[in-house]
Amino acid sequence: MILIGAMGSLLVLLGFLIGSALEPGQGGVVGAIAALGVWGLLLFIALAGGDQALLLGARAKQVSKQDLPRLWNVVEEMTIASGLNVMPRIYVIDDNTPNAFAAGARPDKAVLAVNTGLVKRLNRDELQGVIAHEIGHIRNLDARFLTIAAVLVASITIVADMFLRGFRYGAGMRRIPRLPLPVQLGILAGAAVVALLAPFLAQMLYLACSREREYLADASAARFTRYPEGLASALEKIALAPPPPASVNRALAPLYTVNPIRGLAGAGLTSTHPPTEERIRILRGMAGGAGYVDYEKAYRKIVGGRGGIIGKRTLSVEEGVPSRQPSPEAEDRADRLEIIRQLDALLGRLGSLLLLSCACGVQIRVPPSLERDSVQCPRCGRQHAVPRASLPEAVPAASAPGGPGAPVPPAPMETGAPPTGSSLAPVPPRSRLLRYERRNNGWESFRCACGKALQLSPAFDAPSMHCPSCRMEIEIVPKGR
Amino acid sequence: MAGLLIVLGIIVIIGAWLIGLYNSLVRLRNQVRNSWSQIDVQLKRRHDLIPNLVETVKGYAAHERNTLENVTRARNQAVQATGVPDRAKAEQDLSAALGRLMVVVEQYPDLKANQNFLALQEELSSTENKIGFSRQFYNDSVMTYNNRVQSFPANIIAGMFTFNTEPFFELEDRADRQVPQVSF
Repeated sequence: MILIGAMGSLLVLLGFLIGSALEPGQGGVVGAIAALGVWGLLLFIALAGGDQALLLGARAKQVSKQDLPRLWNVVEEMTIASGLNVMPRIYVIDDNTPNAFAAGARPDKAVLAVNTGLVKRLNRDELQGVIAHEIGHIRNLDARFLTIAAVLVASITIVADMFLRGFRYGAGMRRIPRLPLPVQLGILAGAAVVALLAPFLAQMLYLACSREREYLADASAARFTRYPEGLASALEKIALAPPPPASVNRALAPLYTVNPIRGLAGAGLTSTHPPTEERIRILRGMAGGAGYVDYEKAYRKIVGGRGGIIGKRTLSVEEGVPSRQPSPEAEDRADRLEIIRQLDALLGRLGSLLLLSCACGVQIRVPPSLERDSVQCPRCGRQHAVPRASLPEAVPAASAPGGPGAPVPPAPMETGAPPTGSSLAPVPPRSRLLRYERRNNGWESFRCACGKALQLSPAFDAPSMHCPSCRMEIEIVPKGR
Repeated sequence: MAGLLIVLGIIVIIGAWLIGLYNSLVRLRNQVRNSWSQIDVQLKRRHDLIPNLVETVKGYAAHERNTLENVTRARNQAVQATGVPDRAKAEQDLSAALGRLMVVVEQYPDLKANQNFLALQEELSSTENKIGFSRQFYNDSVMTYNNRVQSFPANIIAGMFTFNTEPFFELEDRADRQVPQVSF
């Protein structure tokens, strides 16, 4: 509320100064009223049709209970836990990035949009945490609050912009002989400075608002679910998910700064700015409690400062609220596959780093640019050979598959991309395999002849694999054979 | 004259304050009643699901008659129970009977693969969650309401207009006070 007030007075001040600059005397008041008028108009448009426009833009589809019973049930559960009178309408967006947002200016007409990525990746407790967070936004009237704030930002930007543009072309400037020139110039300069600074200031205020609201929704989620760990672990999964591909939305993001729609999107899970890691630490620091009091304590401990985020009145009526146990949803096969997929994505993000574990406990990451055959451990100084798949030199030709004169065995990959990279080892003829002898049977990484780093998991037991970059087939020899 | 006006002004302010207090009590009491009806809805839903579940299980595990009969009996008792404490007890028995049924079901892989059963299972476990969450909200509302009714100065108004404290929906065993869970 204070922040909205601050932004509102900024807008009025801006209008007043611009008005005085254009028309000293009466102009100030007219300017201020005009600025408020712009805000009112934009606000009306945003509140009347903002959420529909947003859903349309995101290509969201409304779902019924038959489509996604689990999601539907979780939303209904959280509606009950929060005491909302009307269950929000559920929309699904076909997007693999795990995310969700809530919109709607009134709690009884709220909308909840969930990406398919979220439904697929999260288990029930985690989904419950995320949905509770969004319902918390609805309950705390954040969509409305942030829409008002975002529209204020937009109006300030628009008014300042109009003035600066007019200023540049010298339009609408009139010299009034009644005032001495220096005073006029002074007012003009003041208006220009405020017009330049106001949009940034407003943006900062808006972000502060939206961050505070995220924490508040986290606290509500913990209280509704009585299980802060659910949201914490969901946030962790969301943060670990591969970053979204650069999409149209992202390219358009700068436009959205002056778009009222952004305020509604601001209630989304990752689009606002408290660091996710901090939110997770607060949720995990609630020490077995799940109430507002516990969240407030954890928040003060981790973020520091005297100022909490939850009103004193709310805190004073609450009694001890214990956390519950995790729900015994069995991790079935689909879940396990999902975990493997996530691990895969994680390994993919490690990219071409080779991971070596030294006996002293240090994990050495070898970048692909390192051309040497060995690295030294930075702690204990041991030398490690860089593991590479190599041509089986010691193997006599006779024992190689087929032998020299025999028909060529099926080539591993006909359409394989040609090997790339500058540090190319001599590429062996297709009939031969590269060979890598495992050093241990745990996690292990080695480099293909083309320079690509490959990771082996403890579970890997196939006799060979293809290098994903040069498509060369590599024979994997288990340790101790 | 001025003194009279001041006295009148004070009376008006106190009157407005008392009206506000009374209205807040009414609002809280209505919230309690409303959240109780939400529990009611969910409990009914569970009662409606059970015959269906029993039929499905019978198709695969007919000779588990004892367990099935226990569930049906517990359900019928729960349907007939009245009053908050009695219903809490009956529903708790029903939860226990359902828990035993689910343990038995573990031994029938065919049943566990049945689509109909899977849908029922999701429905039932979600209903259990909803019962838990509505009870949670009911108890929170009761706590806020009771705190208000018993604390000064609202207790004076509460006494005049007979706002009584409401009972909590409590389960006897503390370990059971978490959201009830059926483990499948």
